[in-house]
Amino acid sequence: MKPMLNIALPKGRLGEKVYAMFESAGFECPSIKENNRKLIFENEEVGVRYFWVKPSDSAIYVERGAADIGVAGKDILLEYDPDVYELLDLDIGKCRMAVAAKKEFRDNPQRTLKVATKFTNIAQNFYSSKGREIDMIHLNGSIEIAPILGLSDVIVDIVETGTTLKENNLEVKETIFPISARLIANKSSFKFKNTQIEKIVRELSAQIEAKND
Amino acid sequence: MDVNNSVLKNEEKAVFKLRSLYGKYGYSQFKMSKFEEYDLYVRNKDFLVSDSIITFTDTNGKLLALKPDVTLSIIKNTKDEPNTVNKVYYNENVYRITKGSFSYKEIMQSGLECIGDIDNYNIYEVLMLACESLKSISEECVLDISNLSILSDVINNIKISPKNRKRVLKCASEKNVHEISNICIEEDIPKEKCEVLKKLISVYGNPRDTIAFLEKEISDYTDKKKIEDLKIITDTLTENGYGDMIRIDFSVINDMNYYNGIVFKGFINSIPTGVLSGGQYDNLMNKMGRKAGAIGFAVYLDMIERLNECEHTYDVDTVILYNADDDISALNGAIKMLADNGKSVMAQKTVPNDLKYKQLLRLKDKGVVIVETNA
Repeated sequence: MKPMLNIALPKGRLGEKVYAMFESAGFECPSIKENNRKLIFENEEVGVRYFWVKPSDSAIYVERGAADIGVAGKDILLEYDPDVYELLDLDIGKCRMAVAAKKEFRDNPQRTLKVATKFTNIAQNFYSSKGREIDMIHLNGSIEIAPILGLSDVIVDIVETGTTLKENNLEVKETIFPISARLIANKSSFKFKNTQIEKIVRELSAQIEAKND
Repeated sequence: MDVNNSVLKNEEKAVFKLRSLYGKYGYSQFKMSKFEEYDLYVRNKDFLVSDSIITFTDTNGKLLALKPDVTLSIIKNTKDEPNTVNKVYYNENVYRITKGSFSYKEIMQSGLECIGDIDNYNIYEVLMLACESLKSISEECVLDISNLSILSDVINNIKISPKNRKRVLKCASEKNVHEISNICIEEDIPKEKCEVLKKLISVYGNPRDTIAFLEKEISDYTDKKKIEDLKIITDTLTENGYGDMIRIDFSVINDMNYYNGIVFKGFINSIPTGVLSGGQYDNLMNKMGRKAGAIGFAVYLDMIERLNECEHTYDVDTVILYNADDDISALNGAIKMLADNGKSVMAQKTVPNDLKYKQLLRLKDKGVVIVETNA
């Protein structure tokens, strides 16, 4: 029997797109499309087991070896810095990490900057590299309201289309880095399931190249 | 007294095996105190896996630390003697914060250091002992070998600027070729040179194929002697039966301020992170004012705790029930007989709550009767 390759997919639209890529690469698992609340799906014939995880957790599943490979956003990889291989930029789920503030906001470098964010490590690294002193405010959601209520001067957050910012009278002041979904692999699994993982990398990378041509 | 192998934990078995393995090749045991002067670690903070150290003040006012590392103490306690090498092994507890947790852990670590006039034979011997160490833990194991000096030559030769060097090394450790492309575009590095670096960090495989690749594609970017030496060492490993478990992989990155030349990392199937890590650390020796070279490795025994874990179904094989006024000599006789047959036995007056046992016996008329059998 083939050893099963465990694959962590981020729940939601991005995960569905990623699964479609795996499916056309020949790693299909039809049961995943059934409309139910199951979280784990396997196809023994092909030797794959998929599971849906919270997008911010997929890197942890891979780093800890519960998943051999998985898909995570670059934002998560930079925030948690997991010890994994980053094998491919899947070129989907594109957005950017940005600093946003109220339109009329003018930065005063003589004052400590109040920064609200979910991504404290990213924000810390970004402002440390500029030598800027900040007051970090960690929030878990609805980051956009922080500057409106005066909780913070700026926010550091993911910006996709910018609609939410616009509707809240905020705008992007600076892009920190672009984000897309990445294929990651556990370092130990890469050694022991190398043929399967290398095959997936080859097939997916051919798809990405074909799309970009 | 004979020790029943089945009662030993994985890490305990490994300690015995490794100790006899290293002893066979002339390595002597290095015993050290739990404490070391804090100053030793502060001067070499980046060498440590975690930079948090437990410190306390000794009665004479000196600041001491619970040792977070063994290598620095070994270097401090060895002397250079031309044309010879000091060979020592250790089995010590170290105190560190592990990634993701915010508290200190006591970690059992074994390893060896070879310090002195290091040549290809010494490098071979240490790599061979690393292979044997992994095999003594599990047959399903891999040793990834890299040469930092070759990687460094390629980075210098394709003219990556110093400000992006750290980024490139991080990409190499992640096998992240797409980010390497981005850095090369930023730095205006010609595509063919960028491809060389990308291929180098993607290399993964047996020494025969990978060294053929290095000879063909990389030899213009590094000193050919470095590839030749790598070939000599890996050929010798292959001739001695380690060919199937070694891989050349340039994603093995240790801090270049301390390490140089050959670095390596060992993996065991079903353990998610490396269990063995080592390399040549001449740069650290240099920083500590020493002329000699050095190579060594550590085996992280805490990682193997869960290997081949079987479910803990029973707490004890047999429970013998007795009354306070029973003959203790008869009770002892019954227990001894069962224990001599390799069973674990617990004497109790009543069965403790939640205790899982295979068999429940009761002492009766200087013998035992079976009350219940679960397995």
